[in-house]
Amino acid sequence: MASLITHPNLPHPDDIYGLLIGMHHECDDGESHKRNAMLILSLANHIGDEAVVRQAIALVKQTSKGQS
Amino acid sequence: MPRSDFSEIPRYKSFPVVPTVTSGAHHPVVIVGGGPVGLTAALDLGQRGHEVVLLNQFDFIPGGSKAICFAKRTLDIWNRLGVAQLMIEKGVVWNVGKVFRGDRKEPIFEFDMLAVKDQEMPGFINLQQYYAEEYLLQAIDALPNVTIRWGHEVCAIDPDKRQLTVETDQGDYTMSADWILACDGSKSPVRNMMNLDFAGRVFEDNFLIADVKFQVERPSERWFWFDPPWGGASALLHKQPDNVWRLDFQLGWDIDREAAIKPENVAPYVEGMIGTETPYEEEWYSVYTFQCRRMERFVHDHVVFVGDSAHLVSPFGARGCNGGVADADNLVWKLDAVLKGAAGPELIESYNDEAITMADENILNSTRSTDFMTPKSTVSKAFRDAVLDLAEDQEFARPFVNSGRLSTAISFPQSPLCTADRDIWEKGIPPGSPIIDAPLRNSWLLQNLDGHWALLAGRPIDNSPLPVVVLDHHMARERYDLSNGGAYLIRPDQYVAARWKHFDLKDLGETAWQA
Repeated sequence: MASLITHPNLPHPDDIYGLLIGMHHECDDGESHKRNAMLILSLANHIGDEAVVRQAIALVKQTSKGQS
Repeated sequence: MPRSDFSEIPRYKSFPVVPTVTSGAHHPVVIVGGGPVGLTAALDLGQRGHEVVLLNQFDFIPGGSKAICFAKRTLDIWNRLGVAQLMIEKGVVWNVGKVFRGDRKEPIFEFDMLAVKDQEMPGFINLQQYYAEEYLLQAIDALPNVTIRWGHEVCAIDPDKRQLTVETDQGDYTMSADWILACDGSKSPVRNMMNLDFAGRVFEDNFLIADVKFQVERPSERWFWFDPPWGGASALLHKQPDNVWRLDFQLGWDIDREAAIKPENVAPYVEGMIGTETPYEEEWYSVYTFQCRRMERFVHDHVVFVGDSAHLVSPFGARGCNGGVADADNLVWKLDAVLKGAAGPELIESYNDEAITMADENILNSTRSTDFMTPKSTVSKAFRDAVLDLAEDQEFARPFVNSGRLSTAISFPQSPLCTADRDIWEKGIPPGSPIIDAPLRNSWLLQNLDGHWALLAGRPIDNSPLPVVVLDHHMARERYDLSNGGAYLIRPDQYVAARWKHFDLKDLGETAWQA
């Protein structure tokens, strides 16, 4: 069973971060929610492993501090 | 106590009210409720030779198409009982479902309900519920040991004494039974009289059923729309016999339900879907909401809840009536064994386990479908719309599209009646799953199973204490992975109890059959 990679795995993290923010350029909240969802769905399909997705979700639930 | 007033209910066919009877009679089995679930249980028990009394509060088969989609598993069960051919001849056979979005002509998702071909029964038929009830009643009519009491309404129950008080137009009477099957529907009077729980969720949305008659040639397929161009959040089109079409429209939560079924308010939806050129007439209009609920337990000593009385789901998925027929099928062979003294009453507890597993899977699927169709939050709506946007062009997103996951037979691998595999199997059908039909040389596999325990094998088995069905067709042997010997033990309800790659008669000692 594959495990969620939790060590840094991207050579250019600032580029990826910039792409994620840039995807929402000039979007209202509704459109942003939808684009995030589309991204998650396509990445989940690419990962193709329910166990990895579950681990990522567990990590999110554990880590999120709630509304800031 | 006066009988309830059923005068508002449309009637398909009336029957003479059965006169009241003398108090104090005792029966092995009393079935409360004469819908498809109660009738299936009565027919199955009757064919096994038991004396059955069925109490029907109505003296008629209600009109209104109601449940219209009967799944392959239900047809397999009804075929065993000898009534499926009539249903299929009258019904509209279909296997394919298509999902559309907006005014886009090409579907965004398609599915096939008969994924495994070469089986006797089709994936689905559509048939008005009253026809299904009529055919079941015709078959019951041939059984002198099954009595239908039309116009007999249960008004009190004493579960400890297993006693019912029954109201008729001529007064009431009492009766007792070894077993009472509550097949009395979603509002189950028996459940209410016993003050039993029925927990779950209500979904805040209204749907309009417009069953209308018109003459147009269209394929026999289930068509579903998200964001249909004529308005509303979703819509469904399904063909029934007699040129009746089931049109179903999602209306939203804050609506005037009485106004919604007025013909002038239904018309824009119907005309939006079928066009203004096609003349149509009203068959049955109804607005419904739905809930997903189940009882905590289905077996309460000698009172057993079967079908909608025990569990409720949304209609998207056709899991209500089909789930109820599956319950009846699961229960009856066990009750047969208990009534004949071949098993103790604890066997009925396995109905509780297995039927709850089935109900939970139906509720899970139904809840997921309704969450997709009626998103409850900004984010769940964003995910739903994301799927629909992606599905137009991206193949990977299409399997996420959920317009109802339609009823299929449900497995219960954890059931205590299953014997775990001793061998490594890569194919075939595991214990706790229903078997799949397959062609034999001169018949269909399921035709050789008559509702009793049996063995399936690739070649004859000497001295078997059970009937052996030899898979004499390569397709059947491949489907069961029996090309190199071995055997399957099949339960009376056509589920796998155990299987062996190298079978010895002694192996039966470890199974639920022996127990």
